[in-house]
Amino acid sequence: MQFFGGSEISPSPPAPTASGNNAHMMYVFNRNGVCLLYREWNRPLHTLNAQQDHKLMFGLLFSLKSLTAKMDPTNAGKGNLGVPQLPGQGCSFHSFRTNTYKLSFMESPSGIKIILVTHPRTGDLRESLKYIYNLYVDYVAKNPLYTPGTSIRCELFNTNLDQYVRSIA
Amino acid sequence: MAPVAPRSGDAIFANVERVNAELFTLTYGAIVRQLLTDLEEVEEVNKQLDQMGYNIGIRLIDEFLAKSNVARCVDFKDTAEVIAKVGFKMFLGVTASVSNWDADGTCCSIVLEDNPLVDFVELPDTCQGLYYCNVLSGVIRGALEMVSMKTEVTWVRDMLRGDDAFELQVKLLKQVPEEYPYKDDE
Repeated sequence: MQFFGGSEISPSPPAPTASGNNAHMMYVFNRNGVCLLYREWNRPLHTLNAQQDHKLMFGLLFSLKSLTAKMDPTNAGKGNLGVPQLPGQGCSFHSFRTNTYKLSFMESPSGIKIILVTHPRTGDLRESLKYIYNLYVDYVAKNPLYTPGTSIRCELFNTNLDQYVRSIA
Repeated sequence: MAPVAPRSGDAIFANVERVNAELFTLTYGAIVRQLLTDLEEVEEVNKQLDQMGYNIGIRLIDEFLAKSNVARCVDFKDTAEVIAKVGFKMFLGVTASVSNWDADGTCCSIVLEDNPLVDFVELPDTCQGLYYCNVLSGVIRGALEMVSMKTEVTWVRDMLRGDDAFELQVKLLKQVPEEYPYKDDE
């Protein structure tokens, strides 16, 4: 049984739980930049408030996508930097790694962006992100009590997500 | 890791959970019947069915993308083929075909020989303007809008009105690319 608050504001970060220590945190955005979900398992350092953090993350990814598509050496198209891309054009980046974390990213053609931040030695998480997208479809998209475009408050989705993330190496 | 190949409509259809076809047909029939009783005007019912389809379509697109693994469609022709061959097969269990492309490649017809929504259905004389399957046009419009395509979907042929097949005309109005949603000064 799921119960919903139904407010429009982005969710504030929940208290870090002991479970899911393999990953640091996860974001889900929709195509309009609304942060649908923010889960935090292991984040010792908070530098910004939640709203700014989400905007920064979304902006970063939007720009990275644009930049990587423009820099693509195999693409014959002549897009200009800053011009929004039509779907289907351009390559899409899927992860970046620093010395302290790795950020993996997946975007569906419908604009749902899933971001998972893990420790730097994690392998390619594209299949995992696809699995998480499937979880989103099953527990969120198909949920009649969920309004598309609002923040996700589905207990079942959160539980299954935590369980899955714990199992990612 | 090698990319996963897109699965054909048949393969996915075999793997998803299915519901009894008669239950589906009768439930849909009950919905239309109730709408006719509540709204009384056939035009209103058509609009409601389209709106219901639209609401279904915006959620359905994610399920479709997750289960079918199709590569991003390069142009509208690709999109129409995917809708007809993979989409209809996956959700309704019927295969549709695409025809009647116009010169620009922005308008086509999707033809359904078989339609599980209309089994056992006959339109009485009082409902002559009704597009019984209008929910399908809403679904296509909603789903395509979530992948940045604004379309207009109308019925050209309808077997309940005496034609020989169901034909939907899908017209691409425009592609809406993603825009940065935040203003720079915020």
